[in-house]
Amino acid sequence: MTQSATNPPVGVDPVTETRQQSRVWKKFRSHKSAVVGGVLVAFFVLIAIAAPLLPIPDPAATDWGAVRKAPSWDHWMGTDEIGRDVLSRLIWGAQASLLAGVVSVGIAVLFGVPLGVVAGYFGGWTDAVISRCTEALLAVPFLILAIALAAFLGPSLTNAMIAIGISATPIFIRLTRGQVLSIKAEDYVESARAVGLQTPRILSRYILPNVLPPILVQATLTIATAIIAEASLSFLGLGQQPPAPSWGSMLNTAKNFLNQAPWMAMWPGLSIFFVVLGFNLLGDGLRDALDPREH
Amino acid sequence: MLAFLLRRILIAIPTVVIISIMVFGLQHLLPGDPILVLAGEERDPDVLEALREKYRLNDPVPVQYIAWVGNALQGDLGVSLRTNQPVTELMAEKLPVTIQLAFMSMVFALVIGIPAGILSAVKKGTATDYVANVVALSGLSIPNFWLGIMLILLVSVKWQLLPASGYVPPSEDLWQSVRTMLMPSFVLGTALAATLMRHTRSSMIGVLSADYVRTARAKGLRERVVILKHAFRNALTPIVTLTALLFGELVAGAVLTEQIFTIPGFGKLVVDAVFNRDYAVVQGIVLVTAVGFIFMNLFADAMYYVLNPRLRGQ
Amino acid sequence: MSQLKKAMITALVGATALTASPIFAKDLRIALQSDADVLDPDQSRTFVGRIVYASLCDKLVDITPNLEIIPQLATSWTTSDDGTAVTMQLREGVVFHDGTPFNAEAVAANIERSQTLDESRRKSELASITSTEVTGEYEIVLSLAGPDATLMAQLADRAGMMISPTAAAAAGADFGLNPVCSGAFSFSERVAQDKIVLTRFDDYWNAEAINFDSVTFLPIPDTTVRLANLQSGDIDMLERLAATDLTQARGDSGIVVESAVSLGYQGITFNINNGARGDNPWGNDKRLRQALSYAIDREALNQVVFDGAFAPGNQSFPSTSPWYNQSLPLEGRDIEKAKALLAEAGFADGLELEVQVPNSTEPLAVMQVVQAMAAEAGIDIKLTSKEFATLLADQSAGDYTASQIGWSGRVDPDGNNHQFVTTNGGINDSKYSNPKMDELMDAARVAGSTEERKALYDEAMTIMLDDLNRVFLYHVNWIWAHNASMKGFTPYPDGMIRLENVTWEE
Repeated sequence: MTQSATNPPVGVDPVTETRQQSRVWKKFRSHKSAVVGGVLVAFFVLIAIAAPLLPIPDPAATDWGAVRKAPSWDHWMGTDEIGRDVLSRLIWGAQASLLAGVVSVGIAVLFGVPLGVVAGYFGGWTDAVISRCTEALLAVPFLILAIALAAFLGPSLTNAMIAIGISATPIFIRLTRGQVLSIKAEDYVESARAVGLQTPRILSRYILPNVLPPILVQATLTIATAIIAEASLSFLGLGQQPPAPSWGSMLNTAKNFLNQAPWMAMWPGLSIFFVVLGFNLLGDGLRDALDPREH
Repeated sequence: MLAFLLRRILIAIPTVVIISIMVFGLQHLLPGDPILVLAGEERDPDVLEALREKYRLNDPVPVQYIAWVGNALQGDLGVSLRTNQPVTELMAEKLPVTIQLAFMSMVFALVIGIPAGILSAVKKGTATDYVANVVALSGLSIPNFWLGIMLILLVSVKWQLLPASGYVPPSEDLWQSVRTMLMPSFVLGTALAATLMRHTRSSMIGVLSADYVRTARAKGLRERVVILKHAFRNALTPIVTLTALLFGELVAGAVLTEQIFTIPGFGKLVVDAVFNRDYAVVQGIVLVTAVGFIFMNLFADAMYYVLNPRLRGQ
Repeated sequence: MSQLKKAMITALVGATALTASPIFAKDLRIALQSDADVLDPDQSRTFVGRIVYASLCDKLVDITPNLEIIPQLATSWTTSDDGTAVTMQLREGVVFHDGTPFNAEAVAANIERSQTLDESRRKSELASITSTEVTGEYEIVLSLAGPDATLMAQLADRAGMMISPTAAAAAGADFGLNPVCSGAFSFSERVAQDKIVLTRFDDYWNAEAINFDSVTFLPIPDTTVRLANLQSGDIDMLERLAATDLTQARGDSGIVVESAVSLGYQGITFNINNGARGDNPWGNDKRLRQALSYAIDREALNQVVFDGAFAPGNQSFPSTSPWYNQSLPLEGRDIEKAKALLAEAGFADGLELEVQVPNSTEPLAVMQVVQAMAAEAGIDIKLTSKEFATLLADQSAGDYTASQIGWSGRVDPDGNNHQFVTTNGGINDSKYSNPKMDELMDAARVAGSTEERKALYDEAMTIMLDDLNRVFLYHVNWIWAHNASMKGFTPYPDGMIRLENVTWEE
């Protein structure tokens, strides 16, 4: 959904020439937004981890006397369609969302980076095959691919993560390949090869360390995309399974009660918004901070 | 130029073949028996068998694939299992809807994104720039479907200002058509506006520091003229290519938006088809969207080539 | 002379028709919960499709709100003493939308198509008809393999819908792209997922009862959005209002709400003997299934999920049905009994039950409530939500332990039972088999009188509620909401929208 936003298309890099100027201010800005993003992300990570320790009701505990009750002292964010505490579900739902974001991007990195390195470093037919497959995957709209994969695997949080991970893999293949190609052409790699250094050593000593920073940036930004994707899949009933909560499935239910219980839709939406904003800010900040052109 | 394009097209061919295999394979891996869905409450084994025969689901998958590709090359993508309508006809029906949605969203995005980007670049480092950036990032972070739901709740249910759903063709009633599309295109447009704003900004910052802009300023031209005539025109190249690319993405982004606002376009067609196991429709749409996306990429490359004086000189 | 006379009469009749209807030229807009499938009565299977047919295609017979069979295209019928022949008198002067006259030949062609078209989904519904004989322009005899008490009810639905034989012969299996029937409205256009437009058919035999120029059906899946559209006047009527939206709809003076208990049921179907997975404690021991049934508070379930708007149920018919076994009333929840049954079956410490459930909001809410209720008896329900397509396939293949599923219901009691509980029943996904049940069900199909059939179903129900291959939970209430200007709408338990004698008064 937000891929191209954060990831300019190949051949277009309008940012290039601007980096020299007002470096100081830029770094300041980047750090500030990164800090805000970091705080947002940390906050959600914290409540997700602390969920079992917090004095909140069981997120699956139903109370048939309190169905769709507006926010009150007993239930700060109201109750849902079968009388469960929305706040508690929101906090436990943070686990699902963050897990989905991190795990699916982990999958994408795990598969995407090695494939990208192989394609970029060895070139030739290997590259051609990997590149064509990558392009084919990229050509299918991200969400449609994820929906089809999730439907294929069957609805569950794990399968949603796998589906999103696979859908996001080509982004990392393409990015890594591009990075490897440019680094491969650098003098020090050429000379290392001329000296007769073995491939694994070149890869681990010269290529990987230089490839990692942009991947770290992309990973942070893709977590944001993945969280929205998980929410979208759960919204379509293809993600987290009941009674376990997830923000997307909470929204899916909530859309049937917009009139009677608007709070059911409000909180999960805001949570998604803030956590995604956090990762985007963090990624933006990281990009600026890690950009070698700045140093 | 021609050689460059030709090379790109040649590369695209294997990609399209891979897409077709992927699309076809994926559909056949989907769990659930489409015939059971189709047969509904009728479970006579003979009827089920006749249906399987009719839709050639008994043939080996490679045979089905070859038959499908053969027909596809002749412009026949099969018939919908659900409504018996030819897939190409269905798509021809839906395409204008999604294109109208994409077009209106793009208008939103351009009208908001580009001025905001220019402003942000010109006022780089000020509070205006900072606010614009945060707003843009927020636009990127807000889940489309949630924004859609909230708008329906407020604008349609509470205030009853705009219709909550549906589609009216512009040929039937232009005003009503625009009214129904207003909210969905706004929802889709927000993320795009943010993207465009960010790219316009960085592109403009690059151009504003270029020599010819400095020269223009030195000549004593008015700042507005410098910005719009000299700087913006040159910053336009990447923006135009990006816009072409975004159009492809818009069609994809329409998936959930169409679902929320019940707009009978491509996105809704494909999601419903996945859930109904309407093989032919899913295959057809994904194939056409993917190929369309590849062409948009080609087009963007060509535009980049044409608009970029340095490359043209080669 | 006679030509002139005819023309004058037509003109006069036309004029009276004009003055009879209060406001003419109203285009009715009706929102449906989903898009219909193919518009061919022999091929279609969706509930919303049937709503469209109610305006598009007339049937041989119709039902009253009390489920009695009444004439529509057939004006009268008699069954031979041995029950193997049905003679029907047909309505005269009826034409299809393409001008083809309706007569006994047309009926014969329709039945043949339903029975022989490869894609037909009506084959089992008409299986008892062995041949047809045209005995007059407007008289036809249906020969049956044996007595079939369910036949007339089948003819009151899609199996009895008459399509133009001319159009059917020309279009073959593609008939549904441009359906030609003899109903009050003719097909104008369809844009998939957007709208189906029907136009008033001036030569309709009952044209004076129809007061709308056209009717447009719009699929709008989201209930909130459907209601918002009705409140803003963008549509005139909607079907299946969410039970939880009732309060809001009733609070709007511009809206009228109508409802009727459906013919179907919602419940949990168990895998008794369908493949290897049928061999589990739940499939093997009916006491466990009984325990689950006792653990559920159906009244509370209805209150929590549906604001009390539906009908809690324990049989395959709602308690309002004449076929309901009154000696087996809905009992309240009995946790102690549930626990005792579990202990008796050897599971005093409770056990797990995996239930597959369609991944949409209502079934999920229902099962989460059931899950919480069952937990109190020591039954640990694990929910696996699946897309409907997957759920059906897994259920049919026996790849499940229990499944939350319902049935839209049939006019004849046979339709809610026979195919689910007889050994060779088409939808017996439990693979439940009980010789006594088979015997009762088969006997009820051929029994001559209603009293006889009722006694058989009463006996069968006693066994059914003991064996419990299906645990019944509730019966949906069809809820319609329409603009207050619309008058004369009658709710039917089959959930259809019949536009005869419905008027519009601003």
